[in-house]
Amino acid sequence: MSRLTINTPLVRRMLVGFLQDEIWKVGAKKAVLGLSGGIDSALVCHLAAEALGPENVHAICMPYKTSNPESEAHARLVAEASGVQFSVVGITPMVDAYFDQFPDANNMRRGNKMARERMTILFDHSALYGGLVLGTSNKTELLLGYGTLYGDMASALNPIGDLYKTQVWQLSEEVGVPRPVIEKKPSADLWAGQTDEEELGFTYREVDELLYRMVDQRADTTELVAAGFKQEFISSIYGKVQNSHFKRRLPVIAKVSGRTIDRDFRYSRDWGK
Amino acid sequence: MDFSVALLQIKPKLGRVADNLALIQEQLEQAIAKKADLAVLPELALTGYFLKDLVPEVALTLDSPEIAALKDLSKRISIAVGFVEVTADYQFYNSAAWFEDGELKHLHRKVYLPTYGLFDEQRYLGRGDRFRAFDTKFGRVGLLVCEDMWHLSAPYLLAMDGATTLVCLSSSPGRGVAEGELGTAAAWRNLTTSTARFMTCRVIYVNRVGYEDGVGFWGGSHVVAPSGEIVAAAPEFDPATLLVALADSELRRERISSPLVRDENLYITLRELARIDQERSC
Repeated sequence: MSRLTINTPLVRRMLVGFLQDEIWKVGAKKAVLGLSGGIDSALVCHLAAEALGPENVHAICMPYKTSNPESEAHARLVAEASGVQFSVVGITPMVDAYFDQFPDANNMRRGNKMARERMTILFDHSALYGGLVLGTSNKTELLLGYGTLYGDMASALNPIGDLYKTQVWQLSEEVGVPRPVIEKKPSADLWAGQTDEEELGFTYREVDELLYRMVDQRADTTELVAAGFKQEFISSIYGKVQNSHFKRRLPVIAKVSGRTIDRDFRYSRDWGK
Repeated sequence: MDFSVALLQIKPKLGRVADNLALIQEQLEQAIAKKADLAVLPELALTGYFLKDLVPEVALTLDSPEIAALKDLSKRISIAVGFVEVTADYQFYNSAAWFEDGELKHLHRKVYLPTYGLFDEQRYLGRGDRFRAFDTKFGRVGLLVCEDMWHLSAPYLLAMDGATTLVCLSSSPGRGVAEGELGTAAAWRNLTTSTARFMTCRVIYVNRVGYEDGVGFWGGSHVVAPSGEIVAAAPEFDPATLLVALADSELRRERISSPLVRDENLYITLRELARIDQERSC
């Protein structure tokens, strides 16, 4: 039994309660999320449908012309299985209009632009429906910085940001995410045939085992090496976590006053709620 | 004496004292209607937990109208409740008050302020400096606020001071979701049942529910008999009122069959503590 095994009914209950409490207490009833056809957003979609009622969840699929058509089909499958409201808003015209001015842009710039384009659509629909935008980044991605700042990392509430990818798989089984979505290879779907694990150079199961020990159990290098992890792998992952930390924080504010936001001006986000 | 206690497992709003007071008053009225003799509310029931810089804004003096309102209600039911207290010299405490017969019978200021992991209490709050048992209609009681319970000396001192009922007010965040029970819940139940058994005391544990910035308070308030058995428990994560009848005969029986408190040797404890203190200060 892996150390990453979770009590899925318990986590389901905690996350459903989290969505209800955090959404209802700000006077909202609805949620908006991007449905990519992948497992993370599928899981969030199912949790939101359970928490708020499927009629209060607006899932939007936002394909680009190079997106795998299977992704939209899977997004549709998830929307049908969970019963949520579903729409498709393509991003090709906006993204292409921009890159017509920068035809030499590389894949990274294009991928980031697409992620940020989707973010603006979600927040616009947040205003349209009066619903909060749900984040769908898992703990593995957040720790590795495998996401676009102000793109897919932007949200109001993220129910799965404390679950490793391995745990996302477990919980997805529990809540009834459609089988093809659980079984397919994770992909950012930026170009045909891309898979996360090929791009990253390791599997989620490998890196989750390491991250769990490194982050949750605060194991030191000696302990990690003794557990069978290669020194280079440990250093490389530690480097990724460190170098992406800026993505997990607010922008740095230069301090000049006696009370600076987030340093010595400290309130919970749920202040007054 | 035999009595009936209402464990009021509520969901306070963060920083909204007026709303929370109204909720508490409503809950107390319901407890009175159900003929409860005592009502216990969670830690910081009047304010919510992750207050940070809100501490001075939500703090109450002991002569505030909010405290007066609770005192007044205590003519009809005894009340244990948590709030932020501010003193005349502007010290802020995470306090628990016991109101009875229209009076403040006892005030306990949380001694052990967790400042690690997700907790940051010592940054914002002053530390209490005593554990004292006190007499109530229901016998001698010891009040603890959450983390106090995790320091063996706290229930020990209260039991040595004659408490037969330990009342712990809590705002415990749920975490630890490996297989089996919720990690925090299992740890707390282990703690309250062991404490009851060690001290042959009843333990009344009241925890809040609701979420603050993604942290879910797990509820699961419960009553432990002096034998260490959990006699009643509220559900986890949902608001609830748990009404429990407590018989003095159970306390009597346990104190006869396990006279641990009688046999506890205060002199050895004091002598060894004095020695340890002396050796540490060398």
